[in-house]
Amino acid sequence: MSVEQSWPLWEVFTQGNQGEPFEHAGSLHATDAEHALQNARDVYTRRGEAVNLWVVPSSAITASAPSDAGPFFEPGNEKAYRHPQFYKVPQGVRVF
Amino acid sequence: MAQTTVPQEDPALLAAFEARIAAGESIEPKDWMPERYRKQLTRMMAQHAHSEIVGMLPEGNWITRAPSLRRKMSLIAKVQDEAGHGLYIYCGTETLGVDRHDLFNQLLDGSAKYSSIFNYPTLSWADMGVIGWFVDGAAIVNQTVLAKASYGPYARAMVRICKEENFHKRQGFEICATLAKGTPAQKEMLQDAVNRFWWPSLMMFGPSDKDSPNSAELLKWRVKRKTNDELRQRFVNLTVPQAQAIGVTLPDPDLKYNAETKNWEFGEIDWSEFWEVVQGNGPCNAERLAARNKAHDDGQWVREAALAHAAKRSAKSSAA
Repeated sequence: MSVEQSWPLWEVFTQGNQGEPFEHAGSLHATDAEHALQNARDVYTRRGEAVNLWVVPSSAITASAPSDAGPFFEPGNEKAYRHPQFYKVPQGVRVF
Repeated sequence: MAQTTVPQEDPALLAAFEARIAAGESIEPKDWMPERYRKQLTRMMAQHAHSEIVGMLPEGNWITRAPSLRRKMSLIAKVQDEAGHGLYIYCGTETLGVDRHDLFNQLLDGSAKYSSIFNYPTLSWADMGVIGWFVDGAAIVNQTVLAKASYGPYARAMVRICKEENFHKRQGFEICATLAKGTPAQKEMLQDAVNRFWWPSLMMFGPSDKDSPNSAELLKWRVKRKTNDELRQRFVNLTVPQAQAIGVTLPDPDLKYNAETKNWEFGEIDWSEFWEVVQGNGPCNAERLAARNKAHDDGQWVREAALAHAAKRSAKSSAA
């Protein structure tokens, strides 16, 4: 079998501009973190898509299960006290 | 045949899945999906990725002979893009639980399919123009629809690819427009390339709807959003005015405009040629496969060196 099979998989995240969140761009195989970073630059940023890159071993990511989506992310809408509208303000007062 | 290839799916899960598709939701890797959906996607995405990789070969052939530095630079950039497109899609296939090295191996041993168009030879510089114009033009028509495919990772790869594909088409059309204004010999070279690539480009959209074995299922699950024939018609409608604009003729005596349907109607495609090429008997099938295998074998030492380098660096940092 070919040697590449021992190259681990990395997930690539790009930051489009300073201050923006990092977004998942895709994955790639590389021998180590530095190699992954160089490959990520070549594959995912050929047209100025990023000012910063993260590479993370895919095996290091723990993800939620789509089947749990409902209960896992239940926003607690019954907890009205989490919202500013819950709190009364004297009439005529401007509150930020 | 002891076993049927269609696995029995849990009807409740299947119904929920089809409801999500009907609602226009995007399916993500960890979502439940029917085995057929996974299979069809794997097949289609792998073929697509292979096509990008093999697509580098007919063009790589002309990098050293590009007629100017400007043309050479854009051709190198384009070939690099094709490699990137292949990698984006291989990355998408892995989210379906496939090992991309198994896919590489299927390409190398000839058991995988890729777009029939890349089995035609590139005989002159004009072919670089016509490939950009027709082949990348056809790819754009296909891919803008695939960017709305129901499988999230595939759709996202397509969005990325579409952004880059426009450059390919424009550089190709520019080459053609330049040759069309050139010497009689250049015009003749262009017309010859157009004549050779027109029909194979129309075949890129795949068999006619009535003969396409996978279309119904792909459409039902919204992997595809339009049929092969619809996409082919759209490509013809876009391309005929471009040909008229630069004064080349398309090699189809039956081509005529239908004012009622607003379609350019075209003649019968030679499907026997298409199936021959798909089955591996095109003009360059063997040559492409041999070139791909040589590139892979010649790269062996690079891959080994990268691993050795990483091991050395890791040993050094753990010793420190």
